[in-house]
Amino acid sequence: MSTLLSISRLNVDFALRKSTLRAINDVSLTIEEGERLGVVGESGAGKSVLGFSIIQLISKPGFIASGEIQFQGKNLASCTYEEMRSIRGNQISMIFQDPMMTLNPVLTIGSQMRETLQAHRQISTAEADRICIEKLKKVYIPSSEKRLKQFPHEFSGGMRQRIVIAISLLTDPSLIIADEPTTALDVTIQAEILDLMLELCESDNMGLMLITHDLAVVSQVTQRIAVMYAGTIVELGSTALITRDPQHPYTVGLLGALPQRAARSKRLNQIPGVMPGLAKIPPGCPFSNRCSLVEAICRSTRPALETKQSGIQVACHMVK
Amino acid sequence: MFAFTVRRIAQGLIVMVVISFIGFAIKHNFGDPVRELVGERVTPVERAQIRQQLGLNDPFLMQYGRFLNDALHGDLGRSYFFKKPVTEVIMSKAPATLELVFCASLIVIFLSIPLGIYSAIHPKNIWSRIIMSGSILGVSMPVFLTAILLIYIFSVELGWLPSFGRGETVKLFGFWNSGMLTKDGLLHLIMPSIALSSIMLPLFIRLIRSEMMEVLESEYVKYAWAKGIKAKRVWYVHAFKNTLLPVITVGGVQLGIMVAFTILTETVFQWQGMGSMFIQSVERADTALMVSYIVVVGFIFVVVNTIVDIIYGLVNPTVRVTGRK
Repeated sequence: MSTLLSISRLNVDFALRKSTLRAINDVSLTIEEGERLGVVGESGAGKSVLGFSIIQLISKPGFIASGEIQFQGKNLASCTYEEMRSIRGNQISMIFQDPMMTLNPVLTIGSQMRETLQAHRQISTAEADRICIEKLKKVYIPSSEKRLKQFPHEFSGGMRQRIVIAISLLTDPSLIIADEPTTALDVTIQAEILDLMLELCESDNMGLMLITHDLAVVSQVTQRIAVMYAGTIVELGSTALITRDPQHPYTVGLLGALPQRAARSKRLNQIPGVMPGLAKIPPGCPFSNRCSLVEAICRSTRPALETKQSGIQVACHMVK
Repeated sequence: MFAFTVRRIAQGLIVMVVISFIGFAIKHNFGDPVRELVGERVTPVERAQIRQQLGLNDPFLMQYGRFLNDALHGDLGRSYFFKKPVTEVIMSKAPATLELVFCASLIVIFLSIPLGIYSAIHPKNIWSRIIMSGSILGVSMPVFLTAILLIYIFSVELGWLPSFGRGETVKLFGFWNSGMLTKDGLLHLIMPSIALSSIMLPLFIRLIRSEMMEVLESEYVKYAWAKGIKAKRVWYVHAFKNTLLPVITVGGVQLGIMVAFTILTETVFQWQGMGSMFIQSVERADTALMVSYIVVVGFIFVVVNTIVDIIYGLVNPTVRVTGRK
C-alpha cells in the first residue's frame, strides 16, 4: 500500500476584520490507498474545514495559511485554480451532508450527472449516459434509465444521497471525502447508506475520509480514526484500538458518553463545559480547561501528537 | 402542465370580472350618460324618458350584467369627446404605448441580466460598485426628471435626438401605427424608452444581484464547485436558473406596472399613447374612456401575469408536478 493523501503541518486561518482565527492548527495525517479514515469531533472542531481545505473549497474568508497537502505527487495547497478544478470531482469526490440541499432543484438528475463527466473528460452524451446508468445501478437505484430524466424532488432523501454517491463514483475517484453523509437521514436509511459506502470503497479500493460526529458510524466503516478538538488532532490511530481503549481524556469522555457503552442504571458520563470558540482556545493544551487530569504543564505547553505505549498517537502530556 | 395552465387562465378571468366590476362602479357613480348624450335645452321630462329608455333606472346588478355583456362583445361605450366608440379610440392609441413598453422592456431585460449577474459574481469589484451606486441613483430619480434631463442633454444641448412625438409611423395590418420600422420613428423611441426603463432597470439589476448572491451561497452551488464543473456552467446554469424563479415572478408584475407608468413618460414626451389619452380623458371628464382605459390596462396586466406564471411553471419543475397531479 502506498500513501494516497498526506497532509503535513496544515494551518487554516479565517481572516476577520481585525484579527485572524486559526480554525485548523498544525494538523498532519495520511490516508493510504483504499484506506477509510474517520474524522470525529464536536461541531466547530474543524472537521469540515479540514475536508474542504483538501479540495480548496473553504468558505470565505478562510484560507490555507501554511502546510502541505500531497496528493498523487501534487501539493494541493499550492495548485492553480485550473489544476484544482480538474482534481475536484475527478480524483477527489465529495459527498455533502444534506441530500435535500446538495442537488440543484431545477436540473434533472441526468444533467447533474453528465456535467461531472463532461467537466473532466471529452465524452459524448450517449457514452456519459451509459456511465451514469451504470453507476446508478451500482447504488441500487431501480429503472435508472428513466430516473435520469427526473428532478431531485421526485426522490426521497435516502435516494438522493444514493444519487450523490453515484455522482461521486462517476469518475472512479481514488479518494472520497464524505462530510457527515448520514446526519440528515433517519437511522434505517443511515445504515443502508453506510453499508453501501463500505461496499463500494472495498470493491473499488477507494480511499475514504469520513467526517462525522457519530462515533457509532465511524466504528462501523473506518479502519483508523482521527479525533479532532478545537482545530487540532488529539488522537489518531486504529479504530479497533481507540474504541476499545481510548487514550486522550477527551476521547475517553466522548466514548464514556455513549449510551450503548454505559452500564445499565448508571448515569451517563459527560465532559464538563463546552468546547471553546476559536478566539478563546486556552494556551497550552486546548483541552486543559475541561480536563480532569490537568497539571501545570498542560496550561503552558501545547502537547505534540506522539505515538504512545498503546500504539496510538495521542496529543497529551499525561498519557504515557 | 395543461391543468396548471387552465387553472391560471381561470384565475385571470376572475380577476378580470373584479376589475370590470370596479370599472363599472366608477362609471355608474360618476358619469351621467344623459348629460353626455344631449344638450342643455332638453327638458327634465325628456331626460327622464331617455333615462328610462337607456335602462338607467334598472337595478345596479342588472346594469352591470348588461355592461359585462357589451364588454365581452367589444363594446365599452362611446367617448363623448371623440364621438367614437372607446374601443376604437383605445385601439388607435394602444400601439404607441405597447411599442414604448416593449422597447423599455427590451432595455430592462438585456441590460439587467448581464449587469445583475456580473455584480453578483464579483460583488467587491470596482465595476460592481459603480453599477450598484448607479442603480441607486436611477431608482431615486423620478421618471419625469430623468425624461427632462434627457431632453435637455440630447435634444436641447446636443441636438441628437427629437424631443417629442412619435415621428414617422407606418401603418401595419390596417390598424397598427408602428414607429419601429422607420429610422425617424426609432430615433423618437430612444429617449422615451430609456426614461420609462429608468426605474425598472435599476430595480431589476438589484433584484437579480441579490437573488443570485443568495443562490451562490447555497449548498448545491457549493456542491457544483466540488464536482469540478467549470465556473461558467456553475454561474449561468446552476445559479442563474435558480435566480430566474423569483425574478420572473416579480418581473411579470413590474412589466405590467410599466404599462401604467407610461402616463408620466408619455406626458413629458407628448407621446400619443394610452397614457396621455387617459390624462386627457380625466381632464375632460370622459368617463367611458377613463373606465375602458382601466379595464384595458387591467386586461394587459392579467394577460402578462398569466403568461409569466405559465413560464414560471416551465422553469420550475416542482410547479409542473403539482400542476399534473
